[in-house]
Amino acid sequence: MAELAHLELTDAEAETYGAQLDSILEYIETLNRVDVSGVEPMAQVAYEGVGGVATPLREDVARPCDVGDAILAQAPEAKKPYFRVPKVIER
Amino acid sequence: MSAPAGWTVATIREALTSRKISARELTTEYFSRIEKRNPDLNAYLALSKERANDQAARVDALVAKGEALPRLAGVPLAIKDVLSTTGTRTTCGSKILENYVPPYDATALERLDRAGAIFLGKTNCDEFAMGSSNENSAYGPVQNPAAPGRVPGGSSGGSAAAVAADLAVVSLGTDTGGSIRQPGACCGVPAMMPSYGRVSRYGLIAFASSLDRIGPFGRTVRDVAEVLGLMAGRDENDSTCADVPVPDYVAELDAPVDGLRIGVPEEYFAAGLDAEVRSKVEAGIALLEKLGCKRVPIRLPHTEYAIATYYIIATAEASSNLARFDGVRYGLRAEASTLSEMYRKTRQKGFGAEVKRRIMLGTYALSSGYYDAYYLRAQKVRTLLARDFAEAFERVDAIVTPTSPTPPFKLGERTADPLQMYLADIYTVTGSLAGLPGISVPCGTTSERLPVGMQILGPHFSEGRVLQIAHNFERAGGFVV
Repeated sequence: MAELAHLELTDAEAETYGAQLDSILEYIETLNRVDVSGVEPMAQVAYEGVGGVATPLREDVARPCDVGDAILAQAPEAKKPYFRVPKVIER
Repeated sequence: MSAPAGWTVATIREALTSRKISARELTTEYFSRIEKRNPDLNAYLALSKERANDQAARVDALVAKGEALPRLAGVPLAIKDVLSTTGTRTTCGSKILENYVPPYDATALERLDRAGAIFLGKTNCDEFAMGSSNENSAYGPVQNPAAPGRVPGGSSGGSAAAVAADLAVVSLGTDTGGSIRQPGACCGVPAMMPSYGRVSRYGLIAFASSLDRIGPFGRTVRDVAEVLGLMAGRDENDSTCADVPVPDYVAELDAPVDGLRIGVPEEYFAAGLDAEVRSKVEAGIALLEKLGCKRVPIRLPHTEYAIATYYIIATAEASSNLARFDGVRYGLRAEASTLSEMYRKTRQKGFGAEVKRRIMLGTYALSSGYYDAYYLRAQKVRTLLARDFAEAFERVDAIVTPTSPTPPFKLGERTADPLQMYLADIYTVTGSLAGLPGISVPCGTTSERLPVGMQILGPHFSEGRVLQIAHNFERAGGFVV
């Protein structure tokens, strides 16, 4: 799981997290007791099905964004107009 | 110059217009209080003195010219460190953003800036708003000014503590599963989570996008109403921010509450609720009845599944949202010879234990083969939880519950057991999942003088009604019931 999430764990961490996640997952198993047949998943709050209000989309128009330099200035390493990263090699 | 009971939006306005104090003097006074008390409380992570002085100068110039003052003129505001502030370091309580300075303001802050507020600085919080005690901050825990040695609640612990200690007049927090209401209860100040879609999330560094809300803390319900009204309303930079008119919450506060039907859900007064918290909230409900509200017993039958549902949905969304912290564009980067090694080492070094735990849980819930069993099932149970509320609101105008099952616990007491910590949010995650507005108001103290909070929940976009009940409760002496 840590690898999928791009996390590197020490052996000790892996052991602690393993035990903690097991107990959390065991608690989450209680959801299996709920009858969800025929129930729609609630993927978002903003729809009328649960009392929410649908939100309109705005026009898809391009607008100028003038913070490019400020954003690149935050980067650990950049060469205008790009971010720089180490070599990309398949693991 | 300072009033002993502490400044409010209204007293500041009066003092400015009658020229008893200038915005600059008030700002200076708050910075000197912060310098004195923050070393012990650890409520602030960064101060924005230059910006605050500029904002104060703007207000003072209006006063000098005799022009009308905007509604929050000169009001010292503290801001949770997950909200983007132009030019002021924003860390999310994490080492991974230790040196991050946003190039823009969150929409909510842009609006409060325009309303004349003074931005004092950024407040401590659990890392990426994940926690119920503020002990997950990479910059150390916050002390509870109302209960020494106890947690201030979380994740917006610094914002709650800043207002409770009068190191700010109002503050902003964010609430994903209880992170405004629970610290409000722990520190003894009113604290409101508005409806999902009421306040733009633009510029809020995301934890769980279908749950995150921005909301205010104040020392009075009136101040909470003032700040909320100024932040609320449509913003085209957040497609989930609803196009629903924003009423004048302050103007509606004084309307009487007699005849309102108050639902009391039996599931929230069951095993696990501290006896003293129960008796205080019962006294609070009795006071509402004295004000003419009608108590209606109700049931919210899926309540027992809320924490499990929440920890699947919130962690799944977090694992996706926090993928952006990889050392490429901002924040920390660990040295490595390949890109994927850089990702792993950066995230290992930059994230704390709770954030890693939640990212792994969320990754698991979304992973191929487990998606239907965990994430999809949780979304369906979320529908059932929301329906419980929708059905209840056909019979009642608002629902009243304890905010948290216990008074604030001792620092360090629950850090070893994540599940025990999660249960602190048992009465708040439900309103989060359903998208409802909710406020926590102080409701007396226990025999050890620990603050107790009472939660008032309403239907979507009924903030005005919720605030009105809270204000009537406060005026009737409910805060010290």
